[in-house]
Amino acid sequence: MAKVKGDIVIDIEKCKGCEVCIPACPNDVIALSKNVNGKGYNYAETINDECIGCANCAIVCPDGVITVYRKRME
Amino acid sequence: MAEITKEELRQPENLIYKKTDLLTDKALSYCPGCGHGTAHRIVMEVLDEMGIQDQTIGIAPVGCSVLAYEFMNIDMQQAAHGRAPAVATAVKRLYPEKFVFTYQGDGDLAAIGTAETIHACNRGENIVIIFINNGIYGMTGGQMAPTTLPGMKSSTSPYGRDVATMGNPLKITELIAQLPGTIYVTRQAVHTPANVRKTKKAVRKAFENQKLNKGLSFVEIVSNCNSGWKMTPRQSNEWMVDNMFPFYPLGDIKVND
Repeated sequence: MAKVKGDIVIDIEKCKGCEVCIPACPNDVIALSKNVNGKGYNYAETINDECIGCANCAIVCPDGVITVYRKRME
Repeated sequence: MAEITKEELRQPENLIYKKTDLLTDKALSYCPGCGHGTAHRIVMEVLDEMGIQDQTIGIAPVGCSVLAYEFMNIDMQQAAHGRAPAVATAVKRLYPEKFVFTYQGDGDLAAIGTAETIHACNRGENIVIIFINNGIYGMTGGQMAPTTLPGMKSSTSPYGRDVATMGNPLKITELIAQLPGTIYVTRQAVHTPANVRKTKKAVRKAFENQKLNKGLSFVEIVSNCNSGWKMTPRQSNEWMVDNMFPFYPLGDIKVND
């Protein structure tokens, strides 16, 4: 069975740490970092490799900081 | 199964989603978690998919989204408070081949601009109105708006909105749906992926209506205002589902084909 592998890239300097992406993720890939960005917000970061590239996080992100990649693994 | 490194995955051919180029690279001036950012992106993605960036003129309101022209990479005109539908009427009549839309909040559209909104809708101007309803005046510090729910606390109704003295909330979208000039009136939200997709379809339909010269399309987006409501973004989204949606039910209110 082909497996889908995804990855997200978060622009941490534009992330405002609103956490709207966290409940949108079906695999609990995203969490808030303990570190802060230049504006003082705790930014979102990936915490595991379970991403399937569904782009749910990216389409709810109010600031559009998430870029999504996906590939079918044969 | 072969493993893949992140560098191999992050190639242009694997790209599924990125922020549309019709939004500028400026950081949005909205609070964390505000629905305005998502609404901006939806409108710009629809324009991008329709390929009408160079044919669209947007009208920015007064309110939190007054700087929409800084973020939307299209031709924009900023209107006086509440007058965006009047300006849009003029722009559309002067440039009938252009796509014209207004982007307004509830203080702009449902309070000071009620007359302009209702008359533009009643005339059936061939424009799109995007209406962001968060039940509060967000920009000026969370004062009570016409759309504030009964019992809802704001900085000018600290004990909750008392309907006996402060009047009833205004369901302006239902009001507009009664008018013969409107062709498509709908209410959507942007707090979950499913709602974002539905809202995008609604905005697309609104612009398609304008392409066919059908009449005025009105898309209300029920949004949160976590700063004005004094909540975290996630709490405000949950509060919106529990309190705003029973009063402002989502869905199409009027669809004329």
